[in-house]
Amino acid sequence: MSEFLSPPKNIDRWLGIGLSMLMGLVALLLILIVAFLASEAWPVIQGDSWARFFNSDGWYPLENKFGLLPMLWATLAVSVGAVVLAFPLGLGSAIFIEYYAPRVIGKPFSSVVTLLAGVPSVVFGLWGLTELVPLINNVHPPGASLLTAILVLTLMILPTISLTSRSALSSLPAHLLQNSAALALSKKSMIVGVLVPTASKGIVGGVLLALVRALGETMAVLMVAGNVVQTPSGLFDPVRVLTANIALEMAYATGEHRAALFASGLLLMVLVICVVWMTSRLSSGEVNGYD
Amino acid sequence: MAMIDRSFTIIIWIMAGLVLLAFGWLVSDVVVQGAPKLSWQFLMDEPTRSGREGGIYPIIVSTLLILMTALVVVLPLGLGSAIWLAEFSSKSSKRVRTTRLILDVLAGVPSIVFGLFGYAFFCGFLDLGFSILSGGLTLACMMLPILIRTTEAGLAAVPQDWRKAGAALGMSRTTLLWQVLLPYASPAITAGLLLSIGRATAETAALIFTSGYVDRMPESINDSGRALAVHIYDLSMNVVGGDKASYGSALVLILMVVIINLSASTLSEFWLEKKISRLK
Repeated sequence: MSEFLSPPKNIDRWLGIGLSMLMGLVALLLILIVAFLASEAWPVIQGDSWARFFNSDGWYPLENKFGLLPMLWATLAVSVGAVVLAFPLGLGSAIFIEYYAPRVIGKPFSSVVTLLAGVPSVVFGLWGLTELVPLINNVHPPGASLLTAILVLTLMILPTISLTSRSALSSLPAHLLQNSAALALSKKSMIVGVLVPTASKGIVGGVLLALVRALGETMAVLMVAGNVVQTPSGLFDPVRVLTANIALEMAYATGEHRAALFASGLLLMVLVICVVWMTSRLSSGEVNGYD
Repeated sequence: MAMIDRSFTIIIWIMAGLVLLAFGWLVSDVVVQGAPKLSWQFLMDEPTRSGREGGIYPIIVSTLLILMTALVVVLPLGLGSAIWLAEFSSKSSKRVRTTRLILDVLAGVPSIVFGLFGYAFFCGFLDLGFSILSGGLTLACMMLPILIRTTEAGLAAVPQDWRKAGAALGMSRTTLLWQVLLPYASPAITAGLLLSIGRATAETAALIFTSGYVDRMPESINDSGRALAVHIYDLSMNVVGGDKASYGSALVLILMVVIINLSASTLSEFWLEKKISRLK
């Protein structure tokens, strides 16, 4: 942008330096976060002692057994389950707003989706705890389970997928619609065959964003998942995810136990960095495509 | 063929219906169970019997103090960084691309991890203890990426012609920024700010281990203070028979967040309309 402007004056140089220092502080924050997590976790990750997170047989902090695998599987099961459910619903509601809803319904419906995006996670948790858990308990006790967590999380990440899909669909060039109409495609063929595939990069980006949110969600999942440390083997099993484990045990953890909790925070960071890196690869590919 | 088309239409309508149904269930549940609890007394009283009875006054005060602390830090840092990204850096440089990736990662860091960091850094390393100050600083870290992203987008939406016109008039970049770009982008910036405040108001996990649990009236920002979202969590998980009061607090929290988010969208629409009419 700056290439259009006149050469910077003195005051501009100083302002630029000051602002870039602020930006540097923000960038430093990420380094600080990783550094502090790592230094607090150091007693249990130095040398080859980190290996016991993955090969010891369970999470028994009192016996110094810190197996994270059951909770890692639970985290992945809850997140992937929620994304699998939220993807069709989110994309479907985006298609609904863009192409199907009459104006009188479309506008309020899209405000509903936006409002849903703003509902605090404890409120989702409270609702899940008092409404969904008893309901599922009737079907298969104990009610607080992998399934409940997936359902609550689905509702929480649905607006993310819906809003990003919608903005991807609405920014498609108008000639796509005109060409499809000229080919006499039906509405469904146009959407499934032309519009959604063309917008797929934006849609997938939104799904990855939702996945990041699902991996990191703490309170809502903690309140409805039952929090038993075990590798999930069925939808009705109570499970404990990594984030919930930190929230539940941090208050009284000391020594190696405390360090192990920081190590699990570090593991969560690694998961998030992987997904964000994938997302950024995706969007940089998009830029090259248009160039 | 027409068969498939029709069933596709029906499926889309059913999906929209499901979303609406779930939303209706959630909201009606909170309103129906929370409304009987809601009164002037509830907002203005101290909580008694671990929050089962009494009100939430000290908790609202703590929540606002935490937000205010976060804002004092996040405003200069976030706006400054966004202005640098949008106006003072060259878009394709490696430094900017790295910075963007860092911001994306920061935006994705789970809130409980921010909580861990705040606990280790603000409470421990900087020795601020469990306090409103620690909680506010932790929240500020969380709000930064959202505020930077929206402010930058607001500045990027200023027409390029205005920058050229400013340069042609011999304005310094600083004057141009202050007199033209920031006023034009102000609705977008305000909307982004409100959005990040909304996110911070709803936050629980980052605050449990930083601003603490104490439900007394805080005397200063060095005191521990319980945020509204933490209050709801504590009542529903740790206090037997706290459900009613929990729903009352949840209704207050939802109303706060909805008001914040609605004013964000109305503000930006209002200003946008005014700008467009002035351009005509």
